[in-house]
Amino acid sequence: MSHRLRVNPIACEAHGMCAELLPERITLDEWGYPMIDGEPLAPSLLDHARRAAQACPTFALLVERERGRG
Amino acid sequence: MSSSTSLMTETPAPPRSHAAPALPRLLTGIPAHGAMALDEHLAVHGTLRAIGDRPARRRGRRGESPLIERIERSGLRGRGGAGFPTATKLRAVAGSRGRAVAVINAAEGEPASLKDRTLTQMLPHLVLDGGQFAAEAVGADELIVCVCESASASIESVATAIDERRGLAGAPARMNVTAVPNHYVAGQESALVSHLNGGPATPSFTPPMPFEQGVRRRPTLISNAETFAHIALIARHGSRWFRELGTPSQPGSALLTLSGPVAHPGVYEIEYGASLSSLIDAAGGTTAPLRAALLGGYAGTWIGGEYLRGLALSDEHLTPHGASLGAGVVALLGEDACPVAEVARVARWLAGQSTRQCGPCVNGLDALASTLEEIAAGVAQANATQRIVRLGSLVRRRGACGHPDGAVNFIASALETFAADFSDHARHGRCDACMGPAELPLPVSASNAREPWGSTPLP
Repeated sequence: MSHRLRVNPIACEAHGMCAELLPERITLDEWGYPMIDGEPLAPSLLDHARRAAQACPTFALLVERERGRG
Repeated sequence: MSSSTSLMTETPAPPRSHAAPALPRLLTGIPAHGAMALDEHLAVHGTLRAIGDRPARRRGRRGESPLIERIERSGLRGRGGAGFPTATKLRAVAGSRGRAVAVINAAEGEPASLKDRTLTQMLPHLVLDGGQFAAEAVGADELIVCVCESASASIESVATAIDERRGLAGAPARMNVTAVPNHYVAGQESALVSHLNGGPATPSFTPPMPFEQGVRRRPTLISNAETFAHIALIARHGSRWFRELGTPSQPGSALLTLSGPVAHPGVYEIEYGASLSSLIDAAGGTTAPLRAALLGGYAGTWIGGEYLRGLALSDEHLTPHGASLGAGVVALLGEDACPVAEVARVARWLAGQSTRQCGPCVNGLDALASTLEEIAAGVAQANATQRIVRLGSLVRRRGACGHPDGAVNFIASALETFAADFSDHARHGRCDACMGPAELPLPVSASNAREPWGSTPLP
């Protein structure tokens, strides 16, 4: 079971909280919107990722669980 | 033998040997002006009894019908640009719980495409036949035709045709036509469902699949208008007949919209695999030497003039060029046009077509258009082309719909095909051709509307 980050681009308003709380995996583009890659989250970062998702004022950051290969 | 058939030609097609597969198919008997009435249509194509001899309602396994099997064997794929296998889509809707809705998508937000408004305006019954057959196969009692609000003649034709069909055997209980906002992404599936449900015609983030939950939360079949027109003929003539034209991997005929320096730009029916030169011949030949061709519209790919001779119009032949036919757009650019000015102008329009929901699309497409405009005017910074590449990577795959990716694809391909022109402009500014008339088609003043994607259903 692995987890991945995903951004809802419609909900995202570029508050930037996620990049503050999860700098290991999230950087901001030149307009302040988060950039993520599609790679699985390391288990050690899972708690931080969940905290970042909860801190997002528009709930635009998603930590998605996926079955199978991962 | 010409492998394409003009919509506009007044001379009858030359006689063919009966062994030769015949075109036109969809455009058979197309009227010089106005719409083909129901009686004329049935005289040309025959009645709708064709699959009535094996009633579709009496299906075995859930989601199966003789028509769906026939469409599967035909290899028909959607003609809205994505090319999804039509039988798979029909089967998914037929297999979902609840009474379905069928939606004919003629929103056609792509300004370089005219095929769907042409079909719905001139041959509304062919499209509605396909809708009726498909509705029966998926168990839908409602058929909705979505037409771009700017195509008033098409809306009128479809409305008249629907009135003619009331009481026709097998007609869905409810049929209506709905105007869709004149906007590039309004025809995107989730935008269309949102519009039909009374919301704005804007894309959603991870909406439910329409085949499970679409219009009024019912299983919904949404396909392009041309796809339905092909269904109307496959239902009558069968899958083997359909495959007599085209290539093994892309069977059948297709409607293409040809624009640029040709004598008669317009909508043409070709068989997949026909040569670009036969299409141009059917359009009366070129009126200027060709610089390049844009395949697939404003989310599509440029192919340089040196590759156009001998180019075949099928996705297997276009893939080596990174291109595909998409919704059937072939936009030619002549030597007398400036590719830099044209691309900058279309990029600015594409930026204006963002529904302004996703930050990277709003900001990225605007920054891309500005950089292209600076290059065109010769006032860009030295690293402007690297900036475009960087902006492209910032925009790709970061929107809720495919619009930003399509725009970046169009711009990146232009940068590659017209590299010398871009560096020339960056150094020396505007060229003589910049001042010429615009060649790539854009809607007149459509982008000035403040929120063109707002909800405006017909009464």
